[in-house]
Amino acid sequence: MTLQIFWFCLIAVLWSGYFVLEGFDFGVGMLLPFVPRGSKERGVLLESIGPVWDGNEVWLVVAAGGTFAAFPAWYGAMFSGFYLLLLLILVFLIVRAVSFEWWNKSESPRWRSFWLGANVAASFGAPFLWGVALADLLYGVPLGSDGDFTGSIGDLFSAYSVFAGIAVVCLFAFHGATFLTLRTTGELHERTTRIARMLALPGAALGAGFAIWTVAVATDRNDKSVFPPVLPAALAIVALLLAAVLVRRGTSGRAFVATALGAVLTVATLFTSLYPRVMVSSPDFGNSLTVSNAASSHYALVAITVVALILTPLVLLYQGWTYYVLRARLAGEEVVSPAEALVPPSSGSPAG
Amino acid sequence: MNWSVYSTYVGNVFGAPLAIEGLAAFFLEATFLGLWIFGWNRLSPRIHLATIWLVALGTWTSAFFILVANSWMQHPVGYKVVNGRAELTSVWQLVSSPFALWAFVHTILVGLTAASLVVLGVSCWHLARGRNQDLFIRGAKLALVVALPVSAANLWVGSHFGIYTTETQPMKIASTEAQWNTCQPCSFSLIQIGGFTQSDETPSFSIQIPDLLSFLATGSFNGKVVGINDSQKQEQRQFGRGNYIPPVEAVYWSMRIMAGLGTLIFLVAAVGAFLYWRKRLERARLYFWAAVWTIPLPFIAALAGWVLTEVGRQPWIVYGLLRTSDANSPSVSATWLGISLGIFALLYAALTVTDVVLLRRYADPDRPVPTEAAPSAVSY
Repeated sequence: MTLQIFWFCLIAVLWSGYFVLEGFDFGVGMLLPFVPRGSKERGVLLESIGPVWDGNEVWLVVAAGGTFAAFPAWYGAMFSGFYLLLLLILVFLIVRAVSFEWWNKSESPRWRSFWLGANVAASFGAPFLWGVALADLLYGVPLGSDGDFTGSIGDLFSAYSVFAGIAVVCLFAFHGATFLTLRTTGELHERTTRIARMLALPGAALGAGFAIWTVAVATDRNDKSVFPPVLPAALAIVALLLAAVLVRRGTSGRAFVATALGAVLTVATLFTSLYPRVMVSSPDFGNSLTVSNAASSHYALVAITVVALILTPLVLLYQGWTYYVLRARLAGEEVVSPAEALVPPSSGSPAG
Repeated sequence: MNWSVYSTYVGNVFGAPLAIEGLAAFFLEATFLGLWIFGWNRLSPRIHLATIWLVALGTWTSAFFILVANSWMQHPVGYKVVNGRAELTSVWQLVSSPFALWAFVHTILVGLTAASLVVLGVSCWHLARGRNQDLFIRGAKLALVVALPVSAANLWVGSHFGIYTTETQPMKIASTEAQWNTCQPCSFSLIQIGGFTQSDETPSFSIQIPDLLSFLATGSFNGKVVGINDSQKQEQRQFGRGNYIPPVEAVYWSMRIMAGLGTLIFLVAAVGAFLYWRKRLERARLYFWAAVWTIPLPFIAALAGWVLTEVGRQPWIVYGLLRTSDANSPSVSATWLGISLGIFALLYAALTVTDVVLLRRYADPDRPVPTEAAPSAVSY
């Protein structure tokens, strides 16, 4: 039982990591049409997330892999039940990954605007759909007695789940803006600060709204009392309001920490509201999947727990080091693109 | 995504190597690749070099764990079935499964072969056009030094993997050879017309090499190979009524494409190495073009190999435990499967075409260099 709780928490942590890390790189993608003036500044925005978005996305892959290993029935029901959502998310993520590699591989303005547009669309689309999908875990979808999804596409969209999608988009846009205030200088920095200030209110308000609504759904549809979910929800609201205040004061570093905390606590609110269930069944509440009926056997959990305990700290260490290495603010002059970086800058043009 | 019964049935065993792959390999690859690409001038040369080695370590680790997972579907070990689902009982048996180790070595050699042939082909393309001789002759020589041993080793490993498969999945090997009846010794058919269905077991035309199938399947020229019909009877006794014969024609041809191209690739590498040894590589214009046209072959061979191993396992998704037809998601309709398959096929086709065009352009030194930018900076 304790290992099941450990894996439920670890999966929540992985989702938190995904929200914090890919959250800001999605946010930067959303701001591409609004913040930069001219191609040089667009390059700075893409450079700010270019080295890290791929590593950030692995948090999602491992969250899914961990779900498969620790809670096979949850994985089976979720990934088949949310088929359409995940199909679209996959298309968005594939196109977005390619856009990072390809957008500057040609001089043609049409080529560049196409791939930048694709990046922007995917940066809006994927977080929206993740918001919908994660909200559905709590709101409940029709599950059969064997834990298999028995509903249709319409069951995935409720006022709550669509609101969750919009809230996640706004939260990530705000988080991406505070990230950019940390990574830019000069006139671009001033403009990102202004955008961050503009996004502070909607980001904080929708984030807070989502936290409150989540606690309401937890009591209404998941047989939870107000406490404990209200605790992370209240902290999430505090963090987001604090972020809004800090952004107005112009303290970039602290504002970014606050939006990151806001993202973590939003995930924490959702998972606290969910426990001990992992996927709520509605209308047949009795068919809900729980940490115990969806879990793998004890031996399998022990095996993956040992591996996770060894590797997770290591991953945190080297990913943290990456951010340390890439900490310098980007002015736009010494930007090196992936294509050009294939050859050391001193040795001339690539593939020569 | 559309295999919920499968996920629930195997997650307990199959999920573990997958989760470990994510934690141990994907993080390593993704994080350090980003650091390598953007780390020039920010890291000391040694540490910068170390980052790409960590990426390589990540890809090897990734290959290992994904093949451990796949090999469990081919030849399940280290599990027991409890309440209608498989439960892991031994991590050690899972990761030390001979099937997984053969598959891992085979796949790594395929990867090295493909990579070295791309380097060889691109280098020879430049040499054929007389560009930058010094650089590209070095590239071609380095590629040959890798390609010759790995493609040779792969023929050996591949054939031993085949012998091991005969022991674990006799039906797959019998189908691969369209060998309906048990034989000893057995001749190998290079090509044949007809003879791929139960109602038409005898090909109307075939080219046979005596005793070779016995050697390939068992390691002895007088080995016994159990035919499809006997395997079918055996599996019916073991698993109950049903048709346990995979699509014979598909696996027959995929094996021949894989093995034929594998041999051809080895010959290309051997001829190149011979020219290198006789110091005639620099002027071997005909060879340059042969090497260019070899570039796609390892990819086609690898795809054919996957068709062979996956289609050859049918009707099972997990050999002997779960049938493919029982493993899908009841909630995902055939219509949605068709739509999603269509979307991904279109998306991947478009991306592949674009990728090939880009690779072609980037391999070409005559491509216009952005004029407004200094070599080190980018023209955004």
